[in-house]
This record gives sequence, C-alpha cells and structure tokens, in this order.
Amino acid sequence: MNLGQSATPLGKVTGLGSAHHGGEHWLSERVTSAALLLLGAWLIASLLFLPSFDRATLAEWLAAPSGAVPMALLVIAAFKHALHGMKVVVDDYVHVEGNRFTLNTLLLFLAIGGASLALFALGRMAFGGSA
Amino acid sequence: MLVSILHRMTGAALSFAGLALLVWWLTAIAGGTEAYADFTKAAAHPIGLIVLVGLTWAFFQHLLSGIRHLVMDSGAGFELETNKRFAVLTLAGSLLLTLLVWVPQLGAMR
Repeated sequence: MNLGQSATPLGKVTGLGSAHHGGEHWLSERVTSAALLLLGAWLIASLLFLPSFDRATLAEWLAAPSGAVPMALLVIAAFKHALHGMKVVVDDYVHVEGNRFTLNTLLLFLAIGGASLALFALGRMAFGGSA
Repeated sequence: MLVSILHRMTGAALSFAGLALLVWWLTAIAGGTEAYADFTKAAAHPIGLIVLVGLTWAFFQHLLSGIRHLVMDSGAGFELETNKRFAVLTLAGSLLLTLLVWVPQLGAMR
C-alpha cells in the first residue's frame, strides 16, 4: 500500500526486499551463525581429542550428555541456519510467487525431516542402550 | 565478488551435502557396526575423500566469509582496500585450515 507523504519512516520500508518481510529472519540467521561458530569449534575440538574414530568410541562420546547435548544443539542450529540461508537464496532467485512458496515449503519439510532423523539417532544412543 | 558468491555456493553445498552427511554419520553410528562400516567404506573411497575434503574447505570458507559478513554488518570494513584484503584472507584461511585438517589425516592413511 502506498501511503505517500503520510507514511511513517517504518511504513515506507516494511515489505521491501525480496522476501517482503524478514527483520527477525535476518537476525535469526546471525544468531544461529554465532551458535554454529561455538558449536563448530566444540565439534572440531572434540574430534581432535577423540582417541579413535571407531564406532564404539563415537557412540560412547555421543551417548554421554557432554556429547549428546552439544551435538543436538548443533543439529538444530545447523538445520535452522541452512533453512534460513536457502530461503534467502530461493527468495532472491525465484520470482514466481507460487514456485517460491512451493520450494520454501519443500525446504522446510526437508530440514525438519533431516533434523528429526539426526535427533532420533542421538536419542537412540543416549537413551536406547544399543550403543 | 568471488568471495560473496562463494558464500552462497558453499552455504548451499553445506546445507545439502554437508547436512546429509551429518545425518548419515549420526544414524550410522547409532545404527550399529554394519551401518557404520558402510559409512566408513564410502568415506574412505577416493570419491568419498574428495567430497569430505571439499566439504571441509566449504565449511571453513563459509565460516570465514560469514565472520567477514558479521563484521560488515557492524558497518566496518567497507573501505575498498580493507574489504579486498579481508576477502583474500578468507580464501587463504580456508585453504590453510583445510590443509591443517587433512594433511595429517591423509598422512596417517598411507
């Protein structure tokens, strides 16, 4: 809606940009990136300190709270960050409204599906006793 | 320019290939000896190694150019000289970090 002269400064700029909304989205992208910076450093350090990469060692590492909790957080932050990032790419390059909505919805399903699978695997190791 | 588009490309690679690999790795560890053997067999295959080294580089490149973007979000680093130096540093840094991770690994595999 064009309110011309009577629009407030905020009213003049909301809805611009390729997603037509998105201040929270922009911020969330940066907050998850900061989380991934920390969790990524944790992952690299953990892998460096593991005595070996055989299955038993890894399963024991991920079954303990000190491994399972940061890894679950990493999975959530990584999928959220990836989903946000891919949405920015879709919003920038896909101009037909219906296609954009469909692609963004598919990405959402893919992200939730992938994250759920990873969290299920972690839960199985932490609570299942099969490790 | 190059570093900016690389941020998107490495981000897309990490989102699809990187996260698929993370999910496969975690489900394989949880799945048992056989599932994990399938994973390590694929990872040790020459193509698997190329993918892993490539994703390692993509991770570091995306991480470093992500830090560059955070600095630029704060309004700093827009002078042409500084901006260019920072961009080149992300390229050199990602290459160096990838080598640091993989040279000992590949050395141990020989």
